[in-house]
Amino acid sequence: MIDLVNVSKSYGKGLPALNRANIHIDKGEFVFIVGSSGSGKSTLIKLLLKELDATSGEITVAGERLEGMKHRRVAKFRRKLGVVFQDFRLLRDRNVYENVAFAQRVIGRPSRVIRKRVPDVLQEVGLASKYKSLPDELSGGEQQRVALARAMVNRPDILLADEPTGNLDPKTSIEIMNLLDEINQRGTTVLVVTHNKEIVNAMKKRVITMHEGSIISDEREGAYL
Amino acid sequence: MRPSTFFYIMKQGFKNIKRNWMFSLASIITMAACIFLVGIFYSIVTNVDHIAHSVESEVPITVFFQEGTTSEQMQEVGTQIAALPQVDHIEFESAEEAWEKFKEQYFQGSDAAEGFKDDNPLVNSSNYRVYLNEIEMQTEVANYIQGLNSVREVNQSEEAAHTLGSLNKLVSYVSIAVIAMLLVISIFLISNTISVGISVRKEEIAIMKYIGATDRFVRSPFVLEGIILGIIGAAIPLTGLYFAYSSAVQFILEKFNVLTGVVAFIDVKEIFQVVLPIGLALGIGIGFLGSFWSTRKHLKV
Repeated sequence: MIDLVNVSKSYGKGLPALNRANIHIDKGEFVFIVGSSGSGKSTLIKLLLKELDATSGEITVAGERLEGMKHRRVAKFRRKLGVVFQDFRLLRDRNVYENVAFAQRVIGRPSRVIRKRVPDVLQEVGLASKYKSLPDELSGGEQQRVALARAMVNRPDILLADEPTGNLDPKTSIEIMNLLDEINQRGTTVLVVTHNKEIVNAMKKRVITMHEGSIISDEREGAYL
Repeated sequence: MRPSTFFYIMKQGFKNIKRNWMFSLASIITMAACIFLVGIFYSIVTNVDHIAHSVESEVPITVFFQEGTTSEQMQEVGTQIAALPQVDHIEFESAEEAWEKFKEQYFQGSDAAEGFKDDNPLVNSSNYRVYLNEIEMQTEVANYIQGLNSVREVNQSEEAAHTLGSLNKLVSYVSIAVIAMLLVISIFLISNTISVGISVRKEEIAIMKYIGATDRFVRSPFVLEGIILGIIGAAIPLTGLYFAYSSAVQFILEKFNVLTGVVAFIDVKEIFQVVLPIGLALGIGIGFLGSFWSTRKHLKV
């Protein structure tokens, strides 16, 4: 589902942000990417989203080669991915329902589909009763659930989560991770970038550890040391 | 495009205007000011041009003939002059007509002129008055006529020709320069205002792009916003100009009533045949270009 072959990325001079990385992730896997800041995790996510272009190497995501992909193809490609961020990135002026429906509007889904699909996905993340609330009326954990609902509403093949629990307390973090696990159980490939040692160690999933732009370990049922 | 997508974009476009009403207002005011000035300058230029032309047609070249020139010869010269491309029309005045006119002008029906009786003192005054299309051509045409057979003398009012011609040119050049400058300034200001509005919503655009929105989908509400602002920004000054123009013409004619009958202003409807489409096109064009350019750099996510 995700393939990186000898991928490097440098920003100008100095050490490359990503140095000859090789990663292979199969469909339906749940993978943690861990490492201190500056280890190249964010660069990796940006490369997978085609927000950045690799300096060298080959990247294949959901069956699409990213090198040389035309700018106008990128929008269609991103519809195969769901993304959540540390800061949720919800539209402040729209309620929960509208935030999720927005993702469907953007890709031109007809209204009758939206009216059916949005309540379903809000149900899945446990927010069915709060569909009229504005983001500022919700707790951090609830906001991240909205972001997850938005990421999942178009049924992506892959879910990318960039520090999804970075702004949340430990209890809420576990809830969000459990939700990610559920999403993974339903068949979506999940990639989580995180700092959260406790959670990574508790969940016993595949862990890829990065340091200064290189992958230093990649273990099944690994731990964040 | 699905109807639901279309309505979504429409709704967003109007919402954008409301949400950033201060920027919207600033854009409208800027654009309205520019289009208003363009309208004013256009009105001035066309009126000056119109007045200059009507005065031009009243400043003829007068052509006199040598003694003993027959009327056939005179007619032949007349045909030659009328055939010139610079000539609008010519008028012939016979010696008798010239005398009659002279008498009327200087003796005003008194008997003093009767002493001349049938002995016309202006016997050699048969002449052509040559009216030109453009007053700048006067000297050229006068020189040409001077060279024709039987022509004794050519009178032209060089000074009038020169002054009017250069005034006309000056007004046109200044106006074109001012209008061009205003257009550049207004495109710059609109693009600036919209890009401020857009950077407020950078976040939203970035989210859209992550979700997989096409550039067109992201851009459409902003472009629509620009076009709506453009239409409003054109409608206000055009309406204002329509009424201001009529009042201004009335004001000038009342204040300077010597001008009545001398200068004729162009009718407001005639002015608007040009100003209306140009104003609307400018508004829509500036709105479209401004929003299109300012969304460009934000789409590279």
